[in-house]
Amino acid sequence: MRRRVLPGFGLSLGFTVTYLGLIVLLPLSALAWKASEIGLAGIPRLLSSPRTLAAFKLSFGGALLAASINVVVGLMVTWALVRYRFPGRRILDALIDLPFALPTAVAGIALTAVYAPNGWLGRWLVPLGIQVAYAPLGVLVAMVFVGFPFVVRTLQPVLQSLERDVEDAAESLGASRLQTFVKVVLPTLLPTLLTGFALALARAVGEYGSVIFIAGNIPLRSEIAPLLIVQRLEEFDYATAAALGVVMLAFSLVLLVLLSVLQRWSRRWAEQHV
Amino acid sequence: MTLALKRLSRHFPDIAALDDVSLDIASGEFIALVGPSGSGKTTLLRILAGLDYPDEGSVTLHGEDFLAATARERNVGLVFQHYALFRHLTVRENVAFGLRVRPRRRRPSRDQIRARVDELLKRVQLAELGGRYPSQLSGGQRQRVALARALAVEPDVLLLDEPFGALDAQVRTALRRWLRELHEELELTTVFVTHDQEEALELADRIVVMNKGRIEQVGRPHDVYQDPATPFVCEFIGRTNRIALQRRGTTWGAGGWSLPAGASGGRFQSAVAYIRPEHLSLSVPEDEPAWNARLRHVYLAGSIAHLDIHIAEIDQTLEVDVASEDLARLSLVPGAALRTAPTRLVAFPLDETPAAQPLVSERWVMQR
Amino acid sequence: MTARRSGRPVSATRRIGQVLIVVASCAFLCLFLVVPLASVFVEALRQGAQAFVTSLDQPEAMAAIRLTLLVAAITVPLNVIFGVAAAWAMTRFTFRGKALLGALIDLPLSVSPVVSGLLYVLMFGAQGWFGPWLSAHGIKVIFAVPGLVLATIFITLPFVARELIPLMQAQGSEEEEVARVLGASGLQTFFRVTLPNIRWALLYGVLLCNARAMGEFGAVSVVSGHIRGLTTTMPLEVEMRYNEYNYVGAFAIASLLALLALLTLAVKSALEWRYQAAENHR
Repeated sequence: MRRRVLPGFGLSLGFTVTYLGLIVLLPLSALAWKASEIGLAGIPRLLSSPRTLAAFKLSFGGALLAASINVVVGLMVTWALVRYRFPGRRILDALIDLPFALPTAVAGIALTAVYAPNGWLGRWLVPLGIQVAYAPLGVLVAMVFVGFPFVVRTLQPVLQSLERDVEDAAESLGASRLQTFVKVVLPTLLPTLLTGFALALARAVGEYGSVIFIAGNIPLRSEIAPLLIVQRLEEFDYATAAALGVVMLAFSLVLLVLLSVLQRWSRRWAEQHV
Repeated sequence: MTLALKRLSRHFPDIAALDDVSLDIASGEFIALVGPSGSGKTTLLRILAGLDYPDEGSVTLHGEDFLAATARERNVGLVFQHYALFRHLTVRENVAFGLRVRPRRRRPSRDQIRARVDELLKRVQLAELGGRYPSQLSGGQRQRVALARALAVEPDVLLLDEPFGALDAQVRTALRRWLRELHEELELTTVFVTHDQEEALELADRIVVMNKGRIEQVGRPHDVYQDPATPFVCEFIGRTNRIALQRRGTTWGAGGWSLPAGASGGRFQSAVAYIRPEHLSLSVPEDEPAWNARLRHVYLAGSIAHLDIHIAEIDQTLEVDVASEDLARLSLVPGAALRTAPTRLVAFPLDETPAAQPLVSERWVMQR
Repeated sequence: MTARRSGRPVSATRRIGQVLIVVASCAFLCLFLVVPLASVFVEALRQGAQAFVTSLDQPEAMAAIRLTLLVAAITVPLNVIFGVAAAWAMTRFTFRGKALLGALIDLPLSVSPVVSGLLYVLMFGAQGWFGPWLSAHGIKVIFAVPGLVLATIFITLPFVARELIPLMQAQGSEEEEVARVLGASGLQTFFRVTLPNIRWALLYGVLLCNARAMGEFGAVSVVSGHIRGLTTTMPLEVEMRYNEYNYVGAFAIASLLALLALLTLAVKSALEWRYQAAENHR
């Protein structure tokens, strides 16, 4: 005799599952169904085309690099926001979420305007030989832009609740600031940093709107994987588009699983070494 | 009007929260469920409240199936340890909640509700704080609001789950007195869960000692304190000393002391005995057996002094309580040599297995 | 500038280090966030205020704005109902498969927007699962408004749920249990006890959901067909104008969206500061 005390279990769970089934699961199965026309066998052939390979390398490689930059810079910025007080801190803190809130197309054209040869920053960078707009570097800049808030927002609460006593203890034992940071603070933050890295990475890999304006979309140079999918769809080649979509999804899922394993490992390592 | 709990069992994946528990609660009685965490007392309370259901067993009220009604229909009052006040409602609105959510036909008028809330707030001595929000109240005040809220619906049974656990010691003591007075005024059947045995002894008409999902003993506080039925009750209720007894011919002893001849204990060779600190005498006549002890520490606690005495023969330190005024009279200073012997003990023979388990069924008592 | 620790004197090198970090952070944020944001408005007004207004006062711009609002008006309430139902089920009951359910709810976040749009094209497009059936009945989903709504629902599905679930989990169900024991019905419990406790998180989730619903580009681009005046939302209109070299026009609409983003951030900050203040008073 088991009854549920609070009401609405059947209703809430039923609605949730139905909604998810219709909106998420059903379309995903459509993806699998259409991709099966290419089949598992066909996928390597698809990926071996130089153009496709270049696009995937750019999307994934660029995202990895962008997420790494985000972690380093994000850590510095979060540190400044949490530990120090300076004029304008509150406003800058609120602005961190801008890439979250700003539509990707707007970000795309804005970044292009800034880094184009006649743009605010571009006009200084291009004479120096640094081509940002219409080049792979632009893709990287856009990816850093969209992934940035993930690192900061994941790190902030953890850094805020960090017990300063441990750092003080380390210093009283003679450790320099740098040593304290590397040996005490960093290991504790490692799991959170990895989480932020994973989120920034996942976002950057699939990013479309912010990237396609600034990228220039030159085949084999600055084409991203999502663009390939769009092109196939415009040619009504649904099967290839689906296959490419499955590949992207698979990569993302593998990355997420890998990173959750890394996180668990790093959490255990942090517990043992701190 | 008896609330009869028969053979209740509740299992969770790796643990038996309740194991064959039976209890009868009389109308108007104040019952305390006391035990360590994990003993099943909160599970039992939640079953009575309708927030959980047993895997086996039944509960009847006036002979009718109590569990057939849902939590909503049961007409019980519930008070949680962390108050669970509705944080966005004022004190008045909190107390009025149970009356406001009644179906239209049973709902009192607005004036009636207001009058009842006023009456309850006066009773819990919070009349001027009606407009405040829970975050603006102290812990003790919040708990009184929670109680008023529970009483507003005129429940048949009042259920309290460690209601004073989150409060300061002083507030706790004051509220305990106040709750007891309230109970005597209302004569409402009350089930009170606590892990604090002192609290249970002070408040209840009867206490139920629980451990690992089972009932160890039920009885009036005085009876449970004087006559603990199991080793667990001996150790959990009040303070106690534990010593090992060995069979010596027809009697039992430990170190230089033994019981008078012809004591009970049947065929067993060893036993565990529990002696309360107030049951160790320090003025043992010379012709009677006693331990030789040395006084280690004296802890003064108001009118009572707690003494730590070390008995070399059994290599143990025991606790003895004496009246503070006797300290000088008996020249009790650290280092003093004493003779001491128990005046009352409860003993459980140990069985023959390697684990040497105490046998509750063979319990015996020595009283001088 | 002060470091937030009182008492201890700070050595000179340490002080320099702190200043450097702050300056570098501010420089990065300004360069990376403020400059692009500012450029949206600067470019929109490059040819003066009159040109700005004219570019917005076009039929396609108006249609795009209307369509964007319509999509958001359908998507947000649906996802709010979903978010509340999912949070209620996940945090107030125990059942198997919670982890799976949570993963499914988070899934749209880790899927590329283009792939999200692709999913719906494969379901309802001409060659899709239901394609033949739909065209036989004359129903258009892809390259029509229903497709836009569906893709947007998919993209913004997690937002409200992800705000509510951790909060309701942390709040626990004691208040609801007490309400039940006091005699409240299911609806009474929800509206009188649960809803007031989650209202700020709910508002926040609505804000995020709305901002994303109005600003979504990738997924919508795939399912829309870019039919000017019919299936073009504001972000798509931005793209189309940009590709036609109508920069002022593109940035004009972009500036409206940027204003929406700033408004969202402002309300979000206000909510957070208010929430912080409330927490400090507890």
